[in-house]
Formats: sequence, C-alpha cells, structure tokens
Amino acid sequence: MIIRRKTAGLLGTPYIVWAAAFIVIPLIMVVWYGLTDEHGAFTLANVAAIADPAHSKALLMALILSLIATIVCILLAYPLCLFLVQSQQNSTSFLTMLLIVPMWMNFLLRTYAWQSLLEKTGIINTALRAIGLQPLRMINTNGAIVLGMVYNFLPFMILPVYNALEKIDQNVVNAAQDLGAGRRETFTKVIFPLSLPGVVSGITMVFIPALTTFVVSSLLGGGKILLIGNVIEQEFMLAYDWNLGSGLSLVLLVFIIINVVVSALIERDEEERA
Amino acid sequence: MIRRKAALISAVTAVSLVLASCGISNHPRDNAPDDDSNLLYVYNWGEYIDPETIEMFEEETGYKVIYDVFETNEIMYPKVAADPSQYDVICPSDYMVAKMTEAGLLAELDYDAMPNAKANIGEEYWETARGFDPENKYCVPYCWGTVGILYNTDLVDDVVDSWDILWDEKYNDDILMQDSVRDLFAVALKKLGYSLNTLNEDELQEAKELLIRQKKLVQAYVIDEVRDKMIAGESALGVIYSGEAEFCREENESLRYCIPKEGTNVWIDGWVVTNDSRHKKAAAAWIDFMCRGDIALKNFEFLYYSTPNTAAMELMDEETLENDVLFPNVSELDLEPFRYIGEEGDRLYYRLWKEIKSA
Amino acid sequence: MKKKTNGLKKLYIGLIFVFMYAPIALLIIQSFNKSKSRGRWGGFTLQWYASLFQDASIGEAFTNTILLALLSSVISVVLGTMACICIGRMKKQTRTLMMGITNIPMLNADIVTGVSFMLLFLTLRIQFGFGTILLAHITFNIPYVILSVMPRYRELNPHIYEAALDLGASPAYAFFHTVLPEIMPAILSGGLMAFTMSIDDFIITHFTAGAGVHTLSTKIYSEVKLGIKPEMYALSAMIFITVLVLLCLVNRVQGDLDLKAKEARA
Repeated sequence: MIIRRKTAGLLGTPYIVWAAAFIVIPLIMVVWYGLTDEHGAFTLANVAAIADPAHSKALLMALILSLIATIVCILLAYPLCLFLVQSQQNSTSFLTMLLIVPMWMNFLLRTYAWQSLLEKTGIINTALRAIGLQPLRMINTNGAIVLGMVYNFLPFMILPVYNALEKIDQNVVNAAQDLGAGRRETFTKVIFPLSLPGVVSGITMVFIPALTTFVVSSLLGGGKILLIGNVIEQEFMLAYDWNLGSGLSLVLLVFIIINVVVSALIERDEEERA
Repeated sequence: MIRRKAALISAVTAVSLVLASCGISNHPRDNAPDDDSNLLYVYNWGEYIDPETIEMFEEETGYKVIYDVFETNEIMYPKVAADPSQYDVICPSDYMVAKMTEAGLLAELDYDAMPNAKANIGEEYWETARGFDPENKYCVPYCWGTVGILYNTDLVDDVVDSWDILWDEKYNDDILMQDSVRDLFAVALKKLGYSLNTLNEDELQEAKELLIRQKKLVQAYVIDEVRDKMIAGESALGVIYSGEAEFCREENESLRYCIPKEGTNVWIDGWVVTNDSRHKKAAAAWIDFMCRGDIALKNFEFLYYSTPNTAAMELMDEETLENDVLFPNVSELDLEPFRYIGEEGDRLYYRLWKEIKSA
Repeated sequence: MKKKTNGLKKLYIGLIFVFMYAPIALLIIQSFNKSKSRGRWGGFTLQWYASLFQDASIGEAFTNTILLALLSSVISVVLGTMACICIGRMKKQTRTLMMGITNIPMLNADIVTGVSFMLLFLTLRIQFGFGTILLAHITFNIPYVILSVMPRYRELNPHIYEAALDLGASPAYAFFHTVLPEIMPAILSGGLMAFTMSIDDFIITHFTAGAGVHTLSTKIYSEVKLGIKPEMYALSAMIFITVLVLLCLVNRVQGDLDLKAKEARA
C-alpha cells in the first residue's frame, strides 16, 4: 500500500510499544525470575529442578496424557472432516454449530459437567447399574483427564484438518483414480499427504494446551493426578515461589519452541514439495 | 523524524497512562492512612458466613463490603503476601496467623474500636489464641472446631473410631482426603502417633510413605467438595471439619461424624487486619459487628461451626450446647493445634506433598 | 452398499455431535433441577432463574466478563488494524520479526503467558484488578485481529486508494472510503474472534485478577470447590440459548436473502 511511510509508521507505533511492553518484557521477566534465586543471584537450580522426581513425574505424565489426547483427537477428527468434505454440502454452518457454539457455554462448566456423567453415582454408572452391569471407575483417573483434553481441544484439530481437506482439488483425486489408483491408494498417496499440513497445525494447537493444562486435571482428576501445569500453578498460587515456578515455565517454553520449530519445518517441507 | 519521535513519545505516554489507571500500589508500611472510600475488602473462607450478616453490616454501618473467598490457608497466603493492601480483613487459621505475623503482614488491632470483641469472646478462647498470637494483638477468634471422619452408615458397617479405616482396602475408591498440605499430613501423622507439627524428617517420610500407599484407595483429594460428595453418597468416608459434618448430617441422615481415638487437630480461625489496609476503621467495625452476640448466633446457625462467642452461646438452647460435634469436650479428647513451622518447615512439607501428589 | 456406508458416516458425525453437546445438555437440565446437589433430580423448577437476578455477585461477574470482552476486542481491533497498515509496509525482515512477536501470545501456553503477566505486574507493583485483566486480554486479542486483517490488507489493490488521492481526497478520507470498507469483513471477524476468546478465557485471567474482581470464569473456578451455585447453570443456559437463537436467526435471514437473490436471478 502506498499510505505514506511516515503515517504508516505513526499508526504502527502504539502496537510496537504495546508488544514490547506486554509481550516481550513479560517473557523476559519469566526468564529473569527463572534464572535467579530469591536474592536475585544467578542460578540454574530452578530449571534443573525439573529433574526432581516429583516434577519429572508430573512432566512425564503430562507428556503421556497430552500425546494420547492428541492422537485421539486426530483419530476422531480426521474421519469426521473426511465425511464432511465428501458430503459435498456446505458444511460451514454445521461446523459452526459443532465447534463454535459450544464455546459459548463456559469451558470450565462444560468440563465440570463431565463429573456428573463420569462419577460413581453419575449418569453413566446409574445407567450401567440399571441394566445390571458393573459400574466403572471413570472419574479421577488418567482416562478422565484424556477425555477432558479431547473434549476441550478437539475443535482445534477439526478446523485445520477440515480446511486442508477442503482445499484439495477434486481434479487431483479424480486424476489419481483415472490413473488406476484404488480408493485406498488414492487416500494414502494423494489425499492424506495433501492434508498433512492441516494435521500438523492441528497437532500444534492441541498438544501445547493439553501439555500445559492445569484446569482439566484439577476439574476431572480429583487432585490425584499432578501435571506439570498444576505444579507451576501451585508454585505461584500456593508455594509462593516465583523463581521455581518461572524456572519450570522455562522448561515448558522449550517444549513450545520445539513444537513450533518442528511444525514450521514440516510445513516448509510440504511447501517445497508442492 | 520529529513526527516519529512524537509518535513514540505519545505511545509510551499512552501505555504508562493505562498502567497508571490500574493503580500502582505503593505498599504503605505500618499504619497506612485510610483512604476516604467507604469500601471494605473482606477475604474469608468459602461458605463461612451467613450472607445476610454482610447485608446487615452494610445497612447498619454504611460501608460497602467487597467479599472474596479462598479455599485453603495456603491459597490465601500468596495472594495477600504479593500485595497486602488488597484486603483489609482476613480470616486465617491459627498457624497461618503466626506465619502472617512473622512476615509482618498484620496490623495490631484497635480493641477500643471493637468493644464486642473483648466483651463477648470467652476467656478460654483468648487463652487458646495466645498459642499463636501471644499477646492477643492481631487476631480475634471467629470459629473453631475439630477435624474428623464423616462416614455414611449405609456404606460402612465397621465401627469407625480410628484413622486406620482410611487405609482399609475394603473402602477402595470410597475415601475422600483433604487437599491441603497440613490437613493431609495431620491424618497420617496422628495415625502414626506423631505430633502434627513434627519437623522430624524420618517421621515425615514415614507419613509420606503411608499417604502414598493410601493414594490408590483414595477417590479424590478435595476441599469443600467433600460435602456434596458425602451428601450424594458418592463416597463412604471423608475427612472433614466438624462444622461441615453437622451441615452434612442435616442433609443426609445416614452420615455420622467421628473424632478418631488417636487424636486430631483442633483449630481456631480468627479475624485479622492487614498492615497495609487502607480501611482500618471499617475493618474494626467489621470485626466488632461479627462479635455481636446476635450476629455470631446467626452465623453459627448458618455454619454449624463452634463459636467462641459467649453472648451467642447464652442465646442457644440446651440441646445445641450439649451436641458434642458442635461443642466437643476439649478436655476428654486428644487434640492438638497446628503451629507455624517456619519457612523451612513449610517448604519441607510442601516438597513431600508434591511427591505424594505426583506418585 | 453405498447407502449403508452413508448411514454409518451420519451415525459417526452424530456421535461426535452428542459428545460435544452431552455436557451442555446436562448443564441446561441442571438449571431446572430443584435439588441443589448435582447428583439428584429434585423436580422441575424455575426458581434459579428468578434468584439469578437477585444474586449481585453473579451479576457483577457477568458485567465484568462482557465489559472486558467488549473493551478488549474494540481496543485490540483499533490497535491491530493500525498495526497492520504499518507492518504491511515494513521491509521483509522487520515484518517477519514483528509477525513473529505477534504470534507469541497465540503459540505460547496460556499458563506461561499468565505467569509472565503476573510477574510483570508484581514487579511494577501494579495493583491487580480490572485494569490488569484488561491489559492482558487486549494483549492476547491483538494477534487474532492482526492475523485476520493482515492477509486481507495485503491483497488490496493500491490503485483505488491512489485514484482517490488523485481525485483530491485527503489521505484520511481516502482511507476511510476506499481501504476500510474493503478490510471491514476481516476486521469484524477478527474482532468477533477476540470477543469470544476474551469471554472464554480463564487461565490468563486467573493469574491477573485481583481482590474483589471476578469474571464468570474465575467465579466458576472458585465455585467448583464449593459446589456450583445453580444460578450459575441458569445464567449459562440463558447465554447459550440466546447465542443459539441469534445464530439461527442470522442463518435464517441469510438463507432468505440467498433465496430471494436466486429468485431475482431466475
């Protein structure tokens, strides 16, 4: 655009100052607190504290549960998006209904509602008892937390996958079939590779919030399952140890950066191939 | 170039204006002067007051109460320590009063401004309070009680008289434990016959192992949810505060409360005023109001927590006073209050607690 | 064969639908439950809807939530759109850097963002309250606006704006009459996104809220430990149903317009 350079610069300044003050500086604060002790002297102890068995177990648990949740999200979302794209109707309003409208019910309440479904005297177990089956232990288990993660973050998988699948040119698919590819081959050699960027960006959007959550585990875990997010939250809100909390946050930042870099690399790969 | 500079300056000013509008707290130490608002910030336990008494206070005194709740002492502390001017009146427990005093967060109370406090709170409670507030300078007792086991007689056919039952495999997935550091350890330490203020590392390790072993039997670590879950019959056994127990029994007749024979924690919660409070006059008025006999009675009837207020007790009937859950016979029971165990002690307990929670 | 797989597909889509909506349905049913404890059905009642309007604390939390969402989305729309004009003109390297920084709040974990704000405010001794929450919400909202407006802005045909200038329009006039209408849809969708994000946020608010200031999210979180007040179910059900009805109406109107347009063409 040819809006005069000076004017443009003028317009941008508030945001640049804002971004510096409220995006960059706060992050520097985390680094600062993470790398100092309570007297302000430099230390690596707060980051190294991740090796403490209690912390490393919490991190490992968070990694395992969020990985499972991410995989479940892919397995649920992919067929759904495929069916929606194949149905060849305009699915936008349907997707809005499915994904956006539920967001208007507060997510804490939505997650909390699972308690009423899963608990011992809850709806599912009452139903099981009514038909003469053994009740199941569901609430306050790892399974309940995975369910909570999937429930909360599934939309973040569906949207990018759907977009990627919708963009695939039907002619390419037809061409593959004309050239003798079976349904299975068409899928594995054409459709799936073309939709991969969507899946990758879905993974980023599900994995990070799931890995770092403390809400799902405290709502559905009954305080029995400690994730790394819970540890960090409690360092700030219970133990009053900002240094340790920041140090452990830095460990999370490393995972976030790895995640971003990996997905950027895959995307670039895809672009180059295209 | 000049314009660009002007833009930069204006942007910086804008940001600092926004910041300024948020209010910079300048942490006035010691006897900060009251500001001229008629506000009063109260920070109390959840479900720990009859809401009507807040309205009555506002009507009678003209102060506007901003009321916030916390779930445990440990959740309350960092909030207050980070900015002690946020709240004026707080209701911590015994050991936490000592911790806050030591951290210099509390203001000496002006008893002249609260005649009801001295007149109505029983002498034995002031005596108890001297355990954590040696000169009764900082804290006016509000409620007290014990910690025990609430059990559902439909689901439990054993005699409940010991903490041991919380380790009985029979009650797998039927046990609720408290989700706060000191309360959780207190159960294990008492079961082992140790003091619940111990700093002996071996004793604490032993307690930790015991709690880790118990974890697979525990349905959940909860705070106030224990009430709903016990009333709904979701769990058979739960560790609970005495007042909550009486509330639960009203809602579900199968529930009984027991103080285990190994002994338990007796606690007392009281009103304190923060050092940085800018509404000290209002705070004194609040404490005085809460100590009035009729108000204390109203709160007692709402909460079922034992009151140290003699004026309120005079208004109660015989049957209530003889209820041994509401007014346990302190001399017959093996009761021990929490003491503040110092920062090192807190850190030790917290570290072991994390090991239990992540096990 | 074909029919059978189609049926299966519909069933699958239906199941996901049930998965997403079962808890919501439950919450709405709960709001009509006479019994306070969530496990039991105590009969149908509307009393929670009545007492909702007497509950000052829920009302305050609701007002705060809406006010925060409105203010933060409007401010971030203004700041974000201005920023787009500037960033759009930057050299490639500076632009990449700026967009990188803009992406941080979106890619970062909420808990780290929340913690970083908390540390900033603590260090600067800014009193926690409505202002701090607003600052945080604006900050995480601006990226949604920029990412929505930026592509649209860069696709614009610059000649229209130039033509307006050549015809004697002042730069401001030319901007408001040629550029703004073109990017308006993107601004609106960015703003709507920001509004929704602000309403649904809990984690960042949790770390930036102060004494006596609650949003619906923080209120619900603290109520979870005490037992959720049935009035909260009632309020949420009302918000939800309102949005649902609004959406259906919009769809209906749009559908009608489409139909009329088709008829006119025919």
